[in-house]
Amino acid sequence: MTHNDKMIEARPAPIRTVGPLAWLRANLFSGPVNTVFTLVGLYLLYVLLTPTIQWAFINADWIGTSRDDCSREGACWVFVNARLTQFIYGLYPRDELWRVNLVFASFAVLIAWLAIPRLPFKRWVAIATLLAFPVFAYVMLYGGHFGLPLVETHRWGGLMLTLILAVVGMVAALPIGILLALGRRSQMPIVKSFCVVFIEFWRGVPLITILFMASVMLPLFLPTGVSVDRLVRALIGITLFQSAYMAEVIRGGLQAIPRGQEEAAAALGMSYWMRMGLIVLPQALKMMIPGIVNTFISLFKDTTLVMIIGLFDLLGIVQAALSDSRWLGFALEGYVFAAFMFWIFCFSMSRYSQYLERKLHTGHQR
Amino acid sequence: MSEQATQSQAGAETPMVEMRGVNKWYGDFHVLRDIDLTVKRGERIVICGPSGSGKSTLIRCINHLEEHQQGEIVVGGVPLTQDVKRIEQVRRSVGMVFQHFNLFPHLTVLENCCLSPMWVQKKSRREAEAQAMQYLERVQIAEQARKYPGQLSGGQQQRVAIARSLCMHPDVMLFDEPTSALDPEMIKEVLDVMVELAREGMTMLCVTHEMGFAKTVADRVIFMDQGQIIEENAPEPFFNDPQSERTRLFLSQILGH
Amino acid sequence: MSTRPQARPAGPRPPFWRDRAKRALIFQLLLVAAVAAFLIFIIGNTQANLAQRGITTGFGFLNNTAGFGIVQSLIDYSSQSTYGRTFLVGLLNTLLVSALGVLAATIIGFTVGIARLSPNWLIARLASGYIEIFRNIPLLLQIFFWYFAVLRALPSPRDSMSLGEAVFLNVRGLFLPEPLFESGFGLIPLALAVAVVASIALIVWNKRRHEATGRRLPAGWISLALIVGLPLAVLVVTGVPVTWDVPELRGFNFRGGITVIPEFLALWLALSIYTASFIAEIVRSGIQAIPHGQTEAAQALSLPQGLVLRLVVVPQALRVIIPPLTSQYLNLIKNSSLATAIGYPDLVSVFAGTTLNQTGQAIEVIAMTMAVYLTISLLVSMFMNWFNARVALVER
Repeated sequence: MTHNDKMIEARPAPIRTVGPLAWLRANLFSGPVNTVFTLVGLYLLYVLLTPTIQWAFINADWIGTSRDDCSREGACWVFVNARLTQFIYGLYPRDELWRVNLVFASFAVLIAWLAIPRLPFKRWVAIATLLAFPVFAYVMLYGGHFGLPLVETHRWGGLMLTLILAVVGMVAALPIGILLALGRRSQMPIVKSFCVVFIEFWRGVPLITILFMASVMLPLFLPTGVSVDRLVRALIGITLFQSAYMAEVIRGGLQAIPRGQEEAAAALGMSYWMRMGLIVLPQALKMMIPGIVNTFISLFKDTTLVMIIGLFDLLGIVQAALSDSRWLGFALEGYVFAAFMFWIFCFSMSRYSQYLERKLHTGHQR
Repeated sequence: MSEQATQSQAGAETPMVEMRGVNKWYGDFHVLRDIDLTVKRGERIVICGPSGSGKSTLIRCINHLEEHQQGEIVVGGVPLTQDVKRIEQVRRSVGMVFQHFNLFPHLTVLENCCLSPMWVQKKSRREAEAQAMQYLERVQIAEQARKYPGQLSGGQQQRVAIARSLCMHPDVMLFDEPTSALDPEMIKEVLDVMVELAREGMTMLCVTHEMGFAKTVADRVIFMDQGQIIEENAPEPFFNDPQSERTRLFLSQILGH
Repeated sequence: MSTRPQARPAGPRPPFWRDRAKRALIFQLLLVAAVAAFLIFIIGNTQANLAQRGITTGFGFLNNTAGFGIVQSLIDYSSQSTYGRTFLVGLLNTLLVSALGVLAATIIGFTVGIARLSPNWLIARLASGYIEIFRNIPLLLQIFFWYFAVLRALPSPRDSMSLGEAVFLNVRGLFLPEPLFESGFGLIPLALAVAVVASIALIVWNKRRHEATGRRLPAGWISLALIVGLPLAVLVVTGVPVTWDVPELRGFNFRGGITVIPEFLALWLALSIYTASFIAEIVRSGIQAIPHGQTEAAQALSLPQGLVLRLVVVPQALRVIIPPLTSQYLNLIKNSSLATAIGYPDLVSVFAGTTLNQTGQAIEVIAMTMAVYLTISLLVSMFMNWFNARVALVER
């Protein structure tokens, strides 16, 4: 009965519903309760941020060589500055630092290559990272070959040690984790229960007891006279701990692959290891990367525990520097610096894993 | 009590739903443009149009799931404002059926139907259950009353959703594409229930592309495009002699093959 | 054996290394053999090592006198007590800090998680700032921060910070007044018990009444008023039969009242704040996991906002939240072992630390410590499985 051929032109929304004022109204002052919350929030922000900024930037001292260069009103970054080399490399000989730099620079290139989706030859780079790089890194860092002076592990420390612990623990835990995950899904009862017990045991106890065990009990387990480097002992403990968590992430990834994939592979006449290695694991690994990155973040934070068994990781070396009689009273600066370093690493990794997760989700909708 | 008062004062003459000059924006996007629509008691209206034309938004404004920014919406004599009590009052008299059913998965079919009668209308469980069973029988699903929604097929779930709305004794029912998430063989069982409901004189607004349903039960068919009502007519002239070029185009697209 | 026919297709039998069943059996036997060989190797070495160092194995050392003191103990303990009692004291201290940590982490975590979803932009930003800062900094660092940078930097007892001259905070810890109960005070717990029983009865009655008649009282508020009000009323009527032992500065430290040691405060703060940032994320994603259609359907049924949350959103969100929440609780309990780094006398610190060093009984001590954590993990995961089975949504 009615019809209307003339289009009504789109009109801009009334001013009270769009624009910055409307945004403020909708997001900050949409009612009395909300307004109170906003004001409390603003006050909180003011109370927290003003002294922090004043301390860390405005009143802070940056340049100098000793504590006399600090005015004591704000932060004394001179302390961190003076100790920076130690915080990053531990007691590694000053003349040999290039070796550490080279290892980490090449590691950064490899990881960046793997992390940026567009670059080609992913598989080969991954194999190089997992197989060739550890040998290279060991030779470079430990030395004793090719005319490189030997550097004992007790001189390793700081951020360098933190990264070594986390990366080695992770890389070593990956294959064990894959085997455990496959074992847990196996239909052979003994294999399955062995894997379940193994995984649940390491997941059920705190890392610190594992580290105690590795440092105190491991020497007892070995034949008399055989001694193991302290760093290696810590690495064994971390690897066992991490492999149990990795196994659970991998199991989750395996469960996400439809049964049809394995059935199709079986229908093509593939053996168990071919089905797993060629069809299921490559697909599952892709889906697991966010989970793997997340466990890596936890591990990265957990490496700080090694200081309890006497290794000087980033936190350990900062803690040790705090008791230096020339620099007493700068605990806050030391912790803030260490926290900042850890935070940068963990935050960027967690953002990356969120990005991957989003990418995976959209990929599946298509 | 105020509900009854407004109803009796509304009487048969006053429209069930009245929208005057309704405009709505999502941010800067003008979704509803100068909507005028009056629905009389017992009237059955089918709204169709291309996706993104604002038809779902239109009916979602009627029970205030969406807020309009300009104009006036009066439901059963109650004007919709920001007043929470009024919104709840309007929602008590307006039933809604969603595209994706939105049954509560943690409650059984029967509990889904009793939830609002018990908590809003303050009925006893016995009374609420008796009434729910009555409606579940009407949608022919009474034997599933103790099951959970996850155990039912899509068509069954949608019939439960209709029964759940009916348990509130609504004066108007809104249907937001009730069959478009269903497999073809299940569409009929839902449409049958809706036709039955229309026969009993329920006031209905349906957003749907089921043109067969529109032809059988609708008093009026409304075609919307780009947020406005383009054409509004009784089904026969609407389908046989559409006035607007765009209505013709739309109808040829959905009936053409 | 049963008389059922063998589930084996007819045909020539394959050689045993190609028979699937036999292959599985051989593989498993090999695994058992490998594990056994490994264990024999380890046990042999260990025995040789222990013999060489002159350490006797066994749990006899638990009855020996410990000879060291512990700064915080929930049960009677002195340096004359046995190692067995040391174990108990450590365990109780672990449970104490864990329980209070779980409580605080839950409160902070739920608050921040809900704030993260607030329509108020600023509040949501503040909440996500909290989450991103605290979950990306190692817990041990946070413990050190609270202990060495904050609590150790507090003024000496003479210049304590105080709240109403009753609560004092200084480098030695937090000093709280301790209530001393006089005769007649017994009525107050009695009143509380009466109020709790009455509240439970009221809630049950209210539920029945709602089912029977559809009408209901605001039972939650009435119960709250009862539980708070009744003991208070009794307190006033009986003339306040309680005095407070207010801590007092004597010499270099405070005497009297309750002393909360700084090690406990630092550990508790760090554990709660760190774990809360994870709980907040769990709560946020749990609530977001509920499709918006659920809220809309409930609103369309004219349920008011409070009931939409209580009847539709919360019951569904809890199903998503509780499993990861319990594993966060487990993490908190395990993380409480970091106590050892600042000297809070928890199980790891006094038992796997001091006791181990004094006795050298590494195997027994570490086994007992691990057994405690394993038992807790096992109990919690049993609860989790039970809970999941109970609340799982029924699907086709």
